[in-house]
Amino acid sequence: MNIQIRPILIALRRHKAGTALIALQIALTLAIVCNALFIIHQRLANLSQASGVDEANVFVISNQWANADESTSQVDAQVRADLLALRQLPGVLDAAPASGYPLQGGGWDNLVTMTLDQVKPTTDAAVYLGDEHFINALGLKLVAGRNFRPDEVSVVGTQQNITPATVIVSKALADRLFPDGKALGKSFYAMGTTPSTIIGIIDPLHRQGVDLSSNRYAGQSLIWPLRSADVRGIHYIVRAKPGQLAAAMREAPKALLAQSRMRIIDPKDGIQDYAAIRQKVFETDRGMAVLMAIICVVLLAVTAAGIVGLTSFWVGQRRKQIGVRRALGARQRDILSYFLTENLLITGGGVLLGLLLAICMNLWLMLRFASQPMPMAYLIVGVLLLLVLGQGAVLAPALKASRVPPVEATRSV
Amino acid sequence: MVMLDYYFRLGLRSLRRNPMLTALMVMAIGFGVAASMTTYSVFRAVSGNPIPDKSARLFTPQIDGWGPQQNLQNNEPGEALGYIDAMALMTAHKARRQTVLYKVQLSVIPGGNRDLPLNANGYAVTSDFFTMFEVPFRYGGGWSTRDDDARASGIVISDVLNQKLFGGADSVGRTLDLGGHDYQIVGVTSHWNPRPRFYDLFSTNGFGKEPDIYMVFNRAMDLEMRPGGRNSCRGSLSYTTWQEYLQSNCVWITPWVELDSPAEVAGYRRFLTNYAAEQQHAGRFNWAPNVRLRDVMQWMDYEQVVPPESRISLAVALGFFLICLVNTIGLLLAKFMRRAGEIGVRRALGATRGEIYTQYLIEAGTVGLAGGLLGLLFTAIGVAGVGVLFRPEIAKLAKLDPSLVALTFAVAIVATVLAAFYPAWRAARVQPAWQLKSS
Repeated sequence: MNIQIRPILIALRRHKAGTALIALQIALTLAIVCNALFIIHQRLANLSQASGVDEANVFVISNQWANADESTSQVDAQVRADLLALRQLPGVLDAAPASGYPLQGGGWDNLVTMTLDQVKPTTDAAVYLGDEHFINALGLKLVAGRNFRPDEVSVVGTQQNITPATVIVSKALADRLFPDGKALGKSFYAMGTTPSTIIGIIDPLHRQGVDLSSNRYAGQSLIWPLRSADVRGIHYIVRAKPGQLAAAMREAPKALLAQSRMRIIDPKDGIQDYAAIRQKVFETDRGMAVLMAIICVVLLAVTAAGIVGLTSFWVGQRRKQIGVRRALGARQRDILSYFLTENLLITGGGVLLGLLLAICMNLWLMLRFASQPMPMAYLIVGVLLLLVLGQGAVLAPALKASRVPPVEATRSV
Repeated sequence: MVMLDYYFRLGLRSLRRNPMLTALMVMAIGFGVAASMTTYSVFRAVSGNPIPDKSARLFTPQIDGWGPQQNLQNNEPGEALGYIDAMALMTAHKARRQTVLYKVQLSVIPGGNRDLPLNANGYAVTSDFFTMFEVPFRYGGGWSTRDDDARASGIVISDVLNQKLFGGADSVGRTLDLGGHDYQIVGVTSHWNPRPRFYDLFSTNGFGKEPDIYMVFNRAMDLEMRPGGRNSCRGSLSYTTWQEYLQSNCVWITPWVELDSPAEVAGYRRFLTNYAAEQQHAGRFNWAPNVRLRDVMQWMDYEQVVPPESRISLAVALGFFLICLVNTIGLLLAKFMRRAGEIGVRRALGATRGEIYTQYLIEAGTVGLAGGLLGLLFTAIGVAGVGVLFRPEIAKLAKLDPSLVALTFAVAIVATVLAAFYPAWRAARVQPAWQLKSS
């Protein structure tokens, strides 16, 4: 093997342009494929983010009130009547009022401070308002402490500010605020004038948003024991009994309209199960992963085809020299390994340049789009992929070259 | 011309001679162009100027009401104004035209043959809104500043809502019950939904459904109509009444001013700074004036209206196209150099280097043309299938229009010819004597 490298290098010097072009193509391909694979992996990871919700059985009704002038107590009376009706449906396990729900997209968040006079916030938490049924309706897992008692739940009118004395937080928020793991019984401020004391911890509880700013505070959320009587509207979270999701989704709006018709439940997305919610909120991520996957596959195919094309040309050009070598005693294996080694050298050169380009591209993505730094593994996978691709692509022309008969040496072109 | 035609036919013949190599090049160009054009069609749709003739004259003022410790990143002030500052700007009236707006969420109370209420979302705005943003009207028009001052119940509705409620008839002068209050219709817009929705990037991502209604801002204040969009606050919140909410540091109102000359812009900037200084002096702000005055395009840029996905996919697609071109250069080089003997003969028979050069560029041009055709087909498929890749409200903006078709062809041909410069140059440098001797 070793003896072959010098003659290959000398031969390549006569094909500077072709060699450089293949190497460049390999380099660019490596840069894009590494970063695309990284993007795909990140996006797919987003898709599988845990919400904490019993997604198979939960659906959400987005209910807008028609009458803008109702008082807080009127709205609350209607909300309580609605909830009673929903909980009585045969297919329904539990129902709760909510200001928002995990994976809603966008949503409500409050800044968190440890003391009242602290100006610069410690962190940020997504805010959910719900009653004592909220945790059970979503199917959340309480890992420490207790649920709200009915007497702790109060009513909050349109854009009123009420800071309840108790709060249930996600484990992510508890750990962020109290890294020693002893969050129960401690308190904090979330833009209120009074503190809230942690009585329960839930794990996990996804935020409403999945955007970049939400991801900075991933999984940090809180639930306040408040039943929203907002004159604009409310969400109802309904958990169906196992296997009865479809039936419950059919019955729920009928039950609500029987209570009152002065409401708007959008026919298109007024009632959504978690499959639809997840699908909608991660649409962009899925699309991005699909696009990057398509580009990767086509890109690798184009590069492989390019290698096949150019190597075939070289083989055709060198038939006579191959014939001479064969006539002088080179075996078919030697010719085959000549072309394989040649490709390995070119690909190797391209890969070195490509590593540099891949890192540059990742830096650009980090700088411009706050992307994460790419782990080394992607570079290694990319390099291996391209080395294998190069060898695979060169195999057919190399085999063809190895079958050039020694008699070729005696023919003039 | 005769020679060009001859070269063109030579090119076609040569392409037929190595069908595999040709197919490879055409496919590569086709894929590369299609990937670039598909992602570009989306990028073009989301980054376009929604109001080209006025975008440089419309500005949205920002005033720091939170202070350096609670501001957004890089000490940027809030992306909207609170009630106090918004009203101060309106009262000062330092711009020829000015408006303040926020999103409202209403419902049409059942009546006639409808037994269920209907969604009616839109904006509370002031009279200048319609002239500033060039809102087109089917019937009637906007309202006057007198109506603003009179806190009138006039309302402008979209033709979509007009279609739903009145079957598309001229409804100006009719009364509409929204959420239990009567409004008089003064105008019906023609279809108007600029995208991105530059005037409300605080509450929307810029690509929402067309609003149904536009109502008088002061009327919305009288009705204590809560923002139906975003609301952003700092510090501890204690408001429980509407009046307390208006006095809070929450921002929810987007202001716009129309300024016609650089002098007016500079003047307005000075006014904003002076206003903030006065507030500091009065003790309301505890920090130095920190104001912004961005025009439409600057505002869209700052609000990052173009989704990062769109930029990244365009960049990756362009990189992909570049690789396809490098690939094409290599293949063209192989193809041209394989015919070194033929070139030698032609050169010996008197063809100049220039002629060889032209011939091979034209041959490359035909590859580009074929690649363009294939690229067009793939682009059409790509644009049709872009819904798989982007959110529906963005995906449906991507269109294969004549300009995109022309661009696809132009890019394919120009890029291929550019890629052919080096291989053609190599071909033209073939030494006739050397070639003739060796064969």
